[in-house]
Amino acid sequence: MALTGIMLMGFVLFHMIGNLKMYLGAEDFNHYAEFLRQLLVPIIPPTGVLWILRLGLIGAFALHIQSAYALTRINHKARPVNYKSPRDYVAVNWAARTMRWSGIIVGLFLLWHLADLTWGWANPAFVDGNPYANVVTSLSRAPIAALYILANLALGFHLYHGAWSIFQSLGSMSARFNPRHNPLRRGFAAGFAILVAGVNITFPIAVLTGVVG
Amino acid sequence: MNLTLKVWRQSGPTDPGHFETYEATDVKDEMSFLEMLDLVNENLIADGHEPITFDSDCREGICGTCGLMINGQAHGPQKGTTTCQLHMRKFHDGETVTIEPWRAAAFPVLKDLMVDRSAFDAIIQSGGFITADTGGPRDANEILIPKIAVDSAMDAAACIGCGACVAACPNGAAQLFTSAKLAHLNLLPQGQAERWKRTEDMVETMEMFFGSCTNYGECQEACPKEIPIDFIAMMNRDFLKSKLKNRKLQGQR
Repeated sequence: MALTGIMLMGFVLFHMIGNLKMYLGAEDFNHYAEFLRQLLVPIIPPTGVLWILRLGLIGAFALHIQSAYALTRINHKARPVNYKSPRDYVAVNWAARTMRWSGIIVGLFLLWHLADLTWGWANPAFVDGNPYANVVTSLSRAPIAALYILANLALGFHLYHGAWSIFQSLGSMSARFNPRHNPLRRGFAAGFAILVAGVNITFPIAVLTGVVG
Repeated sequence: MNLTLKVWRQSGPTDPGHFETYEATDVKDEMSFLEMLDLVNENLIADGHEPITFDSDCREGICGTCGLMINGQAHGPQKGTTTCQLHMRKFHDGETVTIEPWRAAAFPVLKDLMVDRSAFDAIIQSGGFITADTGGPRDANEILIPKIAVDSAMDAAACIGCGACVAACPNGAAQLFTSAKLAHLNLLPQGQAERWKRTEDMVETMEMFFGSCTNYGECQEACPKEIPIDFIAMMNRDFLKSKLKNRKLQGQR
């Protein structure tokens, strides 16, 4: 969970940074997309590196989902008979309790996102090789923009619990054994979630308000 | 003080069980929660009914025998307190109090509010010991141990094995118990000889019975000894170190 989580966090971070090119205009954005296809050319054929990265990502997603599924199965088996009276939780926050749901929302959104902007099935005006135009036409549709915002909120909550959990699961920087570092764990999780989800949410808003497009 | 109790009654392990409502009258503020149940039981016996079965032993918060889910919280509303040390002044007149046994696959209900916690014994048996020298006793301060290590080990050793961590955990996980039992030996020089084998064996035994940690942090709030989840982080790190380098087989430090 933690190791694949770190890989996926790296992906969402660089995905967000790459998308910032949108604010520099169509030429920069499309050039960046082309650059990703041409990575390490001519040592490696075009899209070669991109496919290696994609395969790594697909693997990380598959293992992340597999561990979440296995964990859920184990944990449901560990309490087959639930409490009959309502529980009064003290520490659990909303982000932690909804990890499964936020994960499923992000996963389904990801499929939609690929269909929309990579494969182009969900985008009637899809033009292969002009990602900037595709982003603008897609996000100009208000319901689609709302979907992007919603999915990124789910991603933000997912990251908020996940980014903190990594430290705990890998056993580092805990309060007792690393008192100086402990505040960094919560801070990092909150900062990372707000940075990635926050910046991502600006994209649909920017297209809707005409800043981009 | 008069209370309405909703108590889980279950005649045996195979009985589906149900909630039964009782009136607890004349409850004094200074009574402990268990004394309040004693009072209810005396009335039940006087009326010719079967008393409520619950676990208790020392009644001074150090043995870990008692443990009830009170109003949806393990050991009730007061932080860092066992059920036997929870006083009725924490409740108010006319309140409805719901009492349930711990619920986990590894803690089957034996009767009413009493559960079988022998899964904890299995974890301890798999590695909760050190190799001691035979022969004459050694001087008390022969082995020098940094104070900070002693303090941490002592905080972990405060675990009384009541099972509140498992009961409170939405996953029914026993990470807090296992990590406390590991840390109180792994932090001290005497525990180093079997450190890696102990870590792997106890974690793997735990996984046979219990759920798995998803870092909710509910256990440390429920723990009557206020053991922090930092010990879980330490256990995870030791387990990872041991597995990565196969230290268990190599017998390395």
